[in-house]
Amino acid sequence: MHADAFDRYYAAESPLHRLDPRVKVIVTVAFILSNALLPDGAWAAFGLGWIFLLLANSASNLGIDFTFRRSFIALPFMLVAVSAIFAPSGQPLAEWTVGGISLVPTDAGLIRFGSILLRTWLSVQAGILLVAVTPFPDLIHAFEHLRIPAVLTTIIAFLYRYLFVLTDEVLRLLRARDSRSAALPGQKSGQTVFWRAQIAGNMAGQLFLRSYERSDRIYNAMLARGYTGQMRTLRAHVMRRRDWLVFSISLMMLLLVQLIGRLG
Amino acid sequence: MHYAPAPLHIPDGFLNLVVSLTFWALTIIAVGIAISKTNKALGEKQVPLMGIMAAFIFAAQMLNFPVAGGTSGHFLGGALAAIVLGPWAAILVMTAVIAVQGLLFQDGGLLVMGANIFNMGILTAMIGFGLYRMVSASANKTLKLAVAGVGAWISTVAAALLTSLQLWISGTSSLQIVVPAMLGVHVLIGIGEALVTVAALAFIMQARPDLLEAETVAEKGGRSWIAAGVIMSLAAVLLSPLASGDPDGLERVAEDFGFLQAGLEAPYQILPDYTIPFLGETALSTIVAGIVGALVVLGLMVVIGGMLKKRNA
Repeated sequence: MHADAFDRYYAAESPLHRLDPRVKVIVTVAFILSNALLPDGAWAAFGLGWIFLLLANSASNLGIDFTFRRSFIALPFMLVAVSAIFAPSGQPLAEWTVGGISLVPTDAGLIRFGSILLRTWLSVQAGILLVAVTPFPDLIHAFEHLRIPAVLTTIIAFLYRYLFVLTDEVLRLLRARDSRSAALPGQKSGQTVFWRAQIAGNMAGQLFLRSYERSDRIYNAMLARGYTGQMRTLRAHVMRRRDWLVFSISLMMLLLVQLIGRLG
Repeated sequence: MHYAPAPLHIPDGFLNLVVSLTFWALTIIAVGIAISKTNKALGEKQVPLMGIMAAFIFAAQMLNFPVAGGTSGHFLGGALAAIVLGPWAAILVMTAVIAVQGLLFQDGGLLVMGANIFNMGILTAMIGFGLYRMVSASANKTLKLAVAGVGAWISTVAAALLTSLQLWISGTSSLQIVVPAMLGVHVLIGIGEALVTVAALAFIMQARPDLLEAETVAEKGGRSWIAAGVIMSLAAVLLSPLASGDPDGLERVAEDFGFLQAGLEAPYQILPDYTIPFLGETALSTIVAGIVGALVVLGLMVVIGGMLKKRNA
């Protein structure tokens, strides 16, 4: 597997790509926070938030529907919120009987569901855009600047760096299992579910030991190269005037979204 | 690519701000302690070991085993990590895993990440390690494996229960639907988790028994974990039937304590409806509220800017 198999970065030349990663992180978090703060049914504010997102999309040179096309990943979880439609408060709109249970959708419940759907949809797209226009190491560097403990960011950097190595290890284990699990057509392969779970468990144990021993080797290799417990970076991020400008305009726009959401 | 979203990762928008921030606060405290504890125990080896172990959990979640009808069991790994690495290290490892899943794959939100880390990292470490710690000194291998399996199962169910309660308090799902649905699914998923955990642990006991010796385990976490694990397990085991069998009862209790109302009413409104309390509901009040809001944002920007500058220097 190639080293960038898990990368979500889309290289392009755009104002959003050039923006300081810290600005991108803060504005993304502020955007998600702003969505969470909006009251239910603030459709105008949600619409403005979506326009904000489209503007950011077009500033990324990746296509105006870039995040929309990738945003369906969170939709399966929407099933969990469907029950909000049947919230007891509010005017009943209809009554359905499913398997002896009567379900009463209410107007308040429907507004609640729509609001949750929009909040999630907007937030997911903001996250997609953030990782699409920021290389992951820059993202981690930004978190370090924002006072996330260096230990944690370095662990995350390590996870990211070795993820594809261990994924290769898993793929080898899975391939080995498949090649030993031949079955005649129409016949069941393998034994009981318990047996299969035990095989998966042995694989997990095997993977654990290989990873554990690999971390020893990596640590020794790092020591040999002068590791003292601190990660160093040569890339210094400097806030330029343009970064401050985008930062202020974005926050002002989110403030406007809030005002419209409250007053409208 | 090769990435299957797990059912317990809550996306942004599903929890209200109060619940999100409460669990962020709990998570930040736990992770802070975990960083200093593991640093003391591992020193400069902390980062490579934790980093690789996080990658291990991430990769191990791709191990699946066919169950029936095209579905397959997956492995979450929180309990196993806590038993083998110790609870504090497991919390750090799971935090890194959930952070990357949320950031890179949008599997789980950013604002709700505190809740996700608590449910899948901290709670599972408490239960998984706490129960195992009771028998870690025993020479009876079968007993140890059985307790580890029970711990893995309860930790999965407890995480599902806590997730449903968070969704309910946030007003996202009604208790009558979300609890039976979530528990029903995760009682079964938990069995898979328990089987894989037991098999993996048996494998490690055979191949590297030094990692699981009684003294090694004792070094990783003291006996007070037993109390935490037992209390959390009992809470999960006692609350699950109550929540799924008598949701109306639980809802009544919550209403009596007034915390359902607190969750729904959003006490984060420092400026309720953008009016200043003593100015009443006038246009002036709205304008003043707007200015106050703008000043708060400006102040925040200055503070953040100062922090960034200090780092740059």
